[in-house]
Amino acid sequence: MSGSRTSGRTRRFLALVRKESLQAIRDPSTVLIAFVLPLILLFLFGYGVSLDTTRTRVGLVLEETTPLTENLAASFQASRYFSVTSSRDRRDFEEDLVNGDIRGILVIPANFTADFAAGHQPRIQVIVDGSEPNTASFVQNYARGTVANWERQRQALVASALPSISVEQRFWFNPELTSRYFLVPGSIAIVMTLVGTLLTSLVVAREWERGTMEAMMATPVTAIELLVGKIFPYFVLGLAAMTLCVLLAVLLFGVPFRGSVLALYALSAAFLVPALGQGLLISAATRNQFLASQLALISAFLPAFLLSGFLFEIDSMPTAIQWITYLVPARYLIPSLQTVFLAGDIWPMFLQSIAIMLLIGAVFFAAAARNTRKRIG
Amino acid sequence: MTNEAKGRELVRLSGVTKRFEHTLALDAVSGSLFGGEITGLVGPDGAGKTTLIRLMTGLMLPDDGALEVLGFDSAKNPAGIQASIGYMPQRFGLYEDLSVQENLDLYADLRGLPQGERPDVFEELLAFTDLKRFTGRLAGKLSGGMKQKLGLACALLKKPCLLLLDEPGVGVDPISRRELWKMVENLTEEGIGVLWSTAYLDEAEACDKVLLLNGGKLLFSGKPAEMTARVENRVFRVSGIRGRKRQVLARLLDEDGIIDGVIQGEAIRIVTGNDTRPALAQAGEGASAVPATPRFEDAFIDMLGGGPGGRSRLAEAQAPFTGKDKGDEKGEDERPVIEARGLTKRFGDFTAAENISFDIRRGEIFGLLGPNGAGKSTTFKMLCGLLKPTAGEGRVAGFDLRRDAASARNRLGYMAQKFSLYGDLSIAQNLDFFAGVYGLSGEKKRERMTLVSDIFDFGRHAGQSSKDLPLGLKQRLALACAVMHEPQALFLDEPTSGVDPITRREFWTHINALVEKGVTVLVTTHFMEEAEYCDRISLIYRGRSIALGSPDELKAEVASADMPDPTMEDAFIALVERSEGQAKDAA
Repeated sequence: MSGSRTSGRTRRFLALVRKESLQAIRDPSTVLIAFVLPLILLFLFGYGVSLDTTRTRVGLVLEETTPLTENLAASFQASRYFSVTSSRDRRDFEEDLVNGDIRGILVIPANFTADFAAGHQPRIQVIVDGSEPNTASFVQNYARGTVANWERQRQALVASALPSISVEQRFWFNPELTSRYFLVPGSIAIVMTLVGTLLTSLVVAREWERGTMEAMMATPVTAIELLVGKIFPYFVLGLAAMTLCVLLAVLLFGVPFRGSVLALYALSAAFLVPALGQGLLISAATRNQFLASQLALISAFLPAFLLSGFLFEIDSMPTAIQWITYLVPARYLIPSLQTVFLAGDIWPMFLQSIAIMLLIGAVFFAAAARNTRKRIG
Repeated sequence: MTNEAKGRELVRLSGVTKRFEHTLALDAVSGSLFGGEITGLVGPDGAGKTTLIRLMTGLMLPDDGALEVLGFDSAKNPAGIQASIGYMPQRFGLYEDLSVQENLDLYADLRGLPQGERPDVFEELLAFTDLKRFTGRLAGKLSGGMKQKLGLACALLKKPCLLLLDEPGVGVDPISRRELWKMVENLTEEGIGVLWSTAYLDEAEACDKVLLLNGGKLLFSGKPAEMTARVENRVFRVSGIRGRKRQVLARLLDEDGIIDGVIQGEAIRIVTGNDTRPALAQAGEGASAVPATPRFEDAFIDMLGGGPGGRSRLAEAQAPFTGKDKGDEKGEDERPVIEARGLTKRFGDFTAAENISFDIRRGEIFGLLGPNGAGKSTTFKMLCGLLKPTAGEGRVAGFDLRRDAASARNRLGYMAQKFSLYGDLSIAQNLDFFAGVYGLSGEKKRERMTLVSDIFDFGRHAGQSSKDLPLGLKQRLALACAVMHEPQALFLDEPTSGVDPITRREFWTHINALVEKGVTVLVTTHFMEEAEYCDRISLIYRGRSIALGSPDELKAEVASADMPDPTMEDAFIALVERSEGQAKDAA
């Protein structure tokens, strides 16, 4: 008796999984959300949105013309980060800077050659538009880098004994500071949020809207079978979308992959638990596709975007907001994924993230199960 | 299943009560369902039918009272119930993106139908529902009738002891409805108990037992014949009427001793308060009253204390239309108010309406009759300028809808199929809005608003959000908004589907009286009885008009030795079959 009950349960579960998979494959919106949208996002972050300052327009002011300053100017002109216009007077550029036509003014001062000859630390002035702090600091940093490079070259050339002390930044793990390298792992988290939360909440709400949920409930199916049968295909779909993203990231965008595949899947699987749980909870609570999609976007997609450290540094957020970020599962996934890609496996960090994501997931599932008892009214 | 299952008590309801936020959905309902019978769960929309069915499935629990289904208490052991019932919810519970076979497989797995039995069961059900040719087709691509049969097949996979069908007759053409009924009757032979819920009172008559619900209360429980016995010898058919039948009806309804009356083709059907023969002075000389077979609806009206009177204050306040309002001198009264000339509408390669033509004279009620999806609403929308015809032309009050749709629309009142007023606005705000839309203002607007509020008795509810109103009141409000600007043509799309018979009569009393004032009415309905209220009807089937004539003419056309007195539904089915026969011959 108990044997036949178990096999009945297995069969019901398999039937639900098969049904859900068939529906997912036939529904164009599934393909759209799980495969086309990730592609668009990846391309957008891979090509369109770049936080690097390649070819920033700046004005270069040469207050004196000596072979030395000409040489430094040539070095700025050759830089792939700047598009340089030269002049002798900084007033020529003031208006452009105010209008935003250029992002900064680099001034090589009148006493530059003399200072350099005297062995002083050579100084140049960088004037930037402080209303765009990101761009401003990039201009500043890259200007400094260019000068440092130039200096090193001169030293090699002249082999002079004068030691120059210049501050040099080094970026570990992403020495080229290509933002694409950390945006692409981040966007994988966004894609899994879309599949896990948005898609799941839509498909469950759709069953309520079309009245099929009611018909299912009037069969011997239990609420747990219904829930698990519902999310299992989307779990697989989420991992499939993630795999697609990783392949693209590595093969097309050349993002390094220094960790292990095991770590990648373990982290992604753990992240899908709260994502799916949240999707189920939303749809069980709303039973309406429109409302479910709005809620999923606001409560899952936007936080994954804004509060996860994906685009904005969590450390630079107000303290209250920082506290909120602890509730966002993507906050734990994104640094871990970036580590998998750019650094390698750091299991203590991964295990902690996985544990926290599973905990958040458990809360969501408990709430969803409470809301999806086999009752209608 | 053996014969002992027949007559076994399958469901026992004891004082079942269910409350929702604002309303008492079921009020102490008690009764029983037995094996081997079709029990009709009958009542207008909002009566509590779906709630009662959900309670029986154990998906909802009563606030008070108890349900025992197949020996299980619904609160304690819903799983026991769900293992042995078949349930078809209102929208059939099918997955539209799965094929017929995939739907069957899914429900077979969920219901635990053993692998070995499947080939035989599938074979039998597919033959039974005539879906064998369509097993590979997606359920969403099936017609309404086929969907419903598939829904039934899914509910029957593991032969249930109790089959619960929630409004299986809605959205299905009468031919499919009859086929379904026959299938269900066959099931009862095997001892299965069937609950068939419906808002159509005529379906109740065919059931073995009936539970009649109205406003959450159980009004009657028993054999339909016991119900109709209430009005035995009190139902008459008045024929040979001289003069305007609608005026005669209005006068008859206001007489003492006559509690109900409706137009039936050229005749009038009346129910008297006691079994004395009615006085027919009002019907003119030559009119005669013949006793008629009582119907379930007659008894229902009687039970509710009789229908409304025959007076329509709405129509009394209306100035008559004479056809001279366009300033034509040449007695243009002869010109039809609504004209359809070869109206055709194609959506892609699908022809929703093909070459539909008719004229509607002033003061005539014209019906478009046909099942859902036949093309009625498409035709209708082309004639009120909401849809541009692919070919052909339409005129309302002489205005060409293609060139002068705005002028035409100003002269017509439109009542849409679903409640299409603003649910978040109150009655008063809706009236105000529609008066404004139709260009009423100042004194005239105030006057009309007061008038309709008064006539339809909105006073008490005027401030309430209209979405929370009872169905009957919503329907009155929809009519009020449509007639605010005293239109000369009224377009009514399924105006009374699902409403209770009292509200329906009240509605037609107004329409009848307005028609007597020269208002022209175009009405669509899939409800065969309602077609009898029309002067002429066009039968629409699969986008074409297959017959046009008065209800009596259409019925006479199909009368035969086997069927000397066909109903409207009989006529419809016979005419559809005839037209399909012709189509086959032509092919």
